[in-house]
Amino acid sequence: MNAFAALVGRDLKLAFRQGGDWANVAAFFALAVILFPFGVGPEPELLARISAGVLWVAALLAALLSLERLFQSDWEDGSLEALVLMPLPLELQALAKCLAHWLATGLPLTVIAPLLALVLHFNSEGMTSLVLAMLLGTPVLSLIGAVGAALTLGARRGGVLLSLLVLPLYIPVLIFGVAASEAASMGFAARPHLLLLAALLLTALALAPWAAAAALRQAME
Amino acid sequence: MPRLANPSQFMKLSAALMPWCAAAAALFLGAGLYMALFVAPPDYQQGESVRIMYVHVPAAWLASLAYALMAGASAVGLIWRHPLAHVAAEAAAPLGAGFTFICLVSGSLWGEPMWGTWWVWDARLTSVLVLFFLYLGFIALEHAFDDRSRGTRAAAILAVVGVVNLPIIKFSVDWWNTLHQKESVFRLDGPTIAPSLLWPLLVMAVGFLFFFVTLLLLRMRAALLEARLRALIFGNP
Amino acid sequence: MAAFFAMGGYARFVWPAYAVAALVLLGLLFWSLASYRRIKIQLAAQEAKSPRRRKHASRNP
Repeated sequence: MNAFAALVGRDLKLAFRQGGDWANVAAFFALAVILFPFGVGPEPELLARISAGVLWVAALLAALLSLERLFQSDWEDGSLEALVLMPLPLELQALAKCLAHWLATGLPLTVIAPLLALVLHFNSEGMTSLVLAMLLGTPVLSLIGAVGAALTLGARRGGVLLSLLVLPLYIPVLIFGVAASEAASMGFAARPHLLLLAALLLTALALAPWAAAAALRQAME
Repeated sequence: MPRLANPSQFMKLSAALMPWCAAAAALFLGAGLYMALFVAPPDYQQGESVRIMYVHVPAAWLASLAYALMAGASAVGLIWRHPLAHVAAEAAAPLGAGFTFICLVSGSLWGEPMWGTWWVWDARLTSVLVLFFLYLGFIALEHAFDDRSRGTRAAAILAVVGVVNLPIIKFSVDWWNTLHQKESVFRLDGPTIAPSLLWPLLVMAVGFLFFFVTLLLLRMRAALLEARLRALIFGNP
Repeated sequence: MAAFFAMGGYARFVWPAYAVAALVLLGLLFWSLASYRRIKIQLAAQEAKSPRRRKHASRNP
């Protein structure tokens, strides 16, 4: 597990050293959300109705931003091949990278979301569900995104292709995430939706590292 | 893959099979079309619009079947490296995408008079839409790399990963309250659909199946010929 | 006859559905046939250019 922690630590250092991929992602998230009142008008009722959806879509797109670089720099400078030779299985290494990615993007998004929710007149009764839903959903975004990033390593127009692959797979997360976030704010129980999100997370945790590792191996063949 | 450049067994087999499959496709599609439009009775609730079912449902079945074949072939190609496996998967992809498209459009045309809406984000429709994007993603990934074999392998992994969508499509109408109607053919207790509607449906479905097999064989032959062509032009790989 | 085409009032849904199915299936058919023929022609041209070899004469194992 030492090797696992070391890998996570290394990726986090890289993420924060370069001044922050995480800052770009957080800034994009905030700006994207703030655009909506300008676009649809500042009417509190309208904003409240779309707030959960806007937050989730913006989080999705923000997460997508940093995915392309998940394996890119390692692949380009050859350290990916060195990683394969490490005693830590490639699947766990992929998981470590997902964890680092989430800590550097998904977690900041989850922290900022409540503030932006207030700006969108999101009903504060739903705030806890919103945060819980994002805590469960954003890791899934990192996991699925890692598979997409591994598959498109070195592809022409890889960024666009990555979005084409990953966004359809994000749709269930989006649907359940918004449902969970909205449920409490409308007075319904959020628990079933949160449980579904948890199930999605467990499935992704089980499948994504395996798929990402397979993709990384064939990328280096 | 030197064996790929001269797979004479498959070429001989497919050359023998294809005319029969093509004939069967024409026969069943023709008969199915006739039955669907002239023989089958209108539904007492849905009237003549039920005839859309004879196009929508076979397309839906083939959309899933083609994906299952694509994913299975991809898995075989990745694990056992059989030279024909990836060829089969890549041949099936555009066909499956076509069937999914037919399913989505005909379903939408059926939904408007029946449900009063062209689209609804329920579990069945959403998962079929995801299936369509998986097909597109597979094809895009296939062609996204300068090294063609890299694209093939990446697409194969995507196909295998996306297979989780198939049980979701199948069981979505059971697990969730959807606008889409529940299973009426492939059920453990047997079909609940009336025989006068079931028979045209099955005939059309068999026609679609033979059509799929015919074009699959044709596209595989074309791919193998192209491999031979590339081997001749660029020397043995 | 007119009644048949009217499809009980659902004509503007039923016929486009069948039309789309026909277009896509025929489109796939013609596209696959055209690709196949094109490759056959190119292959024949290429084989005419290169000298006749035994089928399994290959440097690869």
